[in-house]
Amino acid sequence: MTTLSDPTQESFRLSMLLNDTRYRSITFQAIALILLVAAIWYLMSNLFANLEEQGLNISYSFLGSTAGYDINQTLIPYSSQSTNLRAAFVGVLNTLLVAVLACVMATIFGVIAGVLRLSNNWLVRKLMAVYVEIFRNIPVLIWILIIYFIMTAAMPAPSAFRGDEPAASMILGSFAFTNRGVYIPSPVLEPGWMIVVATFVASIIGIVAYRRYSTKLLYDTGRLLPRFWPSVAIFFIPTLLVFFLMGRPISLDYPALAGFNFRGGLQIGAPLIALWFALSIYTGAFIAENVRAGIQAVSRGQSEAAAALGLRPGRIMNLVVLPQALRVIIPPLISQYLNITKNSSLAILVGYADITATLGGITLNQTGRAIECVLLLMLFYLTISLIISLILNVYNSAVRLRER
Amino acid sequence: MKQSVFFGALTGAVLVGGIAGAATLDDVKARGKLNCGVTTGLVGFAAPDANGNWEGFDVAVCRAVAAAVLGDPNAVEFVPTTGKTRFTALASGEIDMLARNTTWTFSRDTDLKFDFVGINYYDGQGFIVPKALGVTSAKDLDGATVCIQTGTTTELNLADYFRANNISYEPVPIETNAEGQQQYLAGACDAYTTDASGLAATRATFETPSDHVILPEIISKEPLGPLVRHGDNDWGDIVMWTLNALIAAEEYGVTSANVEELSAAAGDNPEVNRLLGTEDNLGAMIGLDATWAKDAIAAGGNYGEIFEKNIGESTPIGLARGLNAQWTEGGLLYAPPFR
Repeated sequence: MTTLSDPTQESFRLSMLLNDTRYRSITFQAIALILLVAAIWYLMSNLFANLEEQGLNISYSFLGSTAGYDINQTLIPYSSQSTNLRAAFVGVLNTLLVAVLACVMATIFGVIAGVLRLSNNWLVRKLMAVYVEIFRNIPVLIWILIIYFIMTAAMPAPSAFRGDEPAASMILGSFAFTNRGVYIPSPVLEPGWMIVVATFVASIIGIVAYRRYSTKLLYDTGRLLPRFWPSVAIFFIPTLLVFFLMGRPISLDYPALAGFNFRGGLQIGAPLIALWFALSIYTGAFIAENVRAGIQAVSRGQSEAAAALGLRPGRIMNLVVLPQALRVIIPPLISQYLNITKNSSLAILVGYADITATLGGITLNQTGRAIECVLLLMLFYLTISLIISLILNVYNSAVRLRER
Repeated sequence: MKQSVFFGALTGAVLVGGIAGAATLDDVKARGKLNCGVTTGLVGFAAPDANGNWEGFDVAVCRAVAAAVLGDPNAVEFVPTTGKTRFTALASGEIDMLARNTTWTFSRDTDLKFDFVGINYYDGQGFIVPKALGVTSAKDLDGATVCIQTGTTTELNLADYFRANNISYEPVPIETNAEGQQQYLAGACDAYTTDASGLAATRATFETPSDHVILPEIISKEPLGPLVRHGDNDWGDIVMWTLNALIAAEEYGVTSANVEELSAAAGDNPEVNRLLGTEDNLGAMIGLDATWAKDAIAAGGNYGEIFEKNIGESTPIGLARGLNAQWTEGGLLYAPPFR
């Protein structure tokens, strides 16, 4: 019945590019591509012609020259004698620091608020609705400013801690909250600290191993070993023992008022706190909505079935609903993380030295290399965003529904 | 591909209006208005008054140039610029000249392709601290938190000064003078640093100016002056000689009060006659009317009048002439001869 025969070979005519549906789409795509390339070529040649006319050129040699300015928060050694490249690198690390901190915090805020928005308690539900609506409907720029101004205006200046009858005092003698930041004790590492840390890591691994063993024992023999107290014991005892045996190689350096500011300890600057908090609370409101949508996307039958099996509400949420909701939550979560990273470029508003403030701000200004700096900035944000997308896409494919 | 579209769009955006015609004078005349870049607001130097009219020391330079070129001191479009945007605005042709207490430095003059046409204020960087702090010298500021306007030479001077004196500090970069003022008053920084003239102007706006002291150290040379794009020398000459005309007018005693009278007919002083166009026609040599300098002086008075009216000792800002006095009075102002 089926007789296949080769279609007659038509000779190709030029009009077929438009009239023949087989070729038409390719024709239009080719035309679009040519136009696009021409437009880019025009813009680029325009750029170079104009730069030449003004006697300017594109050069990245400024990255190797001395930066000449100081930065208030540096995660790597940096001085005003370092190069512009190093200043840019300081900025990159600061951007990544605030982005990571804000992503973690926003996720915590978002999950809590999202779950509570579906609470049976009317007051809690409404409070969370108010949080979400207020925070996501006011620009993040305003939140950053509000939080920073509140911090600088409401918290005492370091000078308030001075004198015999100070207006402000440190909490527990080791934490100072000032309008320039929060000072906390920092660990001082002496020889032998590695052993203490290694012991601590080993005991964490030990806890996991013990719990696995107890689960296995439960499944195999039905015998239930106590889990909580042995875990606590493994957590504390070996580490403390080694800590004292090694002669306390890790001590704390407490911040103390010296001169104009607190010295010693670890300073978490007001700009970082304001930016971190504003980004997390703002993006948290969006994540809350994603979480709510994800939870509601799980059919009620699932939680009813779990309840019928006798699971308590908390475990229903943790073991049945959230794992399924994650599949709906993660894709929009990616774009929220990207938003946090990109919004962190508002840092300069509060004097936080991120990449936009160092490379795109001071370096750009002092060297006048605007085009070069902006191109580098774009490249950086593009790379970071693509990496975040990649990581979360990998995670997404790990938790997605496996169809068999 | 997507990336290159991005870059193309960026370069396009950067260069909108990038082609500034070489003949700025023709552009200004055709437009009938001078686009002059000023600060976003620094009382005494450039700030809008209650009616929205810009006034101040830098503004007066803009008005003088507009009067010299267009014959009307009000034919100026003031473009507020921040420390960050000012150079881009000038390079792209958005403004014809920049009069925004900008420090004349080597790299700005050469690498950034601008031409500084003179100095209208000899300044230096200083510090302001609350009196309650008990600090009497900038060298006592070891460990202090210092607010600085970002994108200015002050940032680099500050780093140099503290390094040279081997003391430490923590910088708080801020974008505008208003923001710096707010941070400083809230105690988020111990000291605020910028040009001493700017500090005096800022202090004048405080609720109780007497609670704050400007430290005696001046840690840098900050010759402030108007600048134009490199390459259009004719336009640069006009701005340069307008400024010189204001300075020379003070030296020769030409004021806004007597300029009409002196320019009505040639007088005894040949220098004044040439300046005001009653003898020779210097204006024609720079493509302007013979009365260009007269118009410029009539706009706001000579240099001394502008200084006294905006930032002088009788104003809340209260700056003494100091280095900015005429060379005959022991200052540095010295206009080349008009001949």
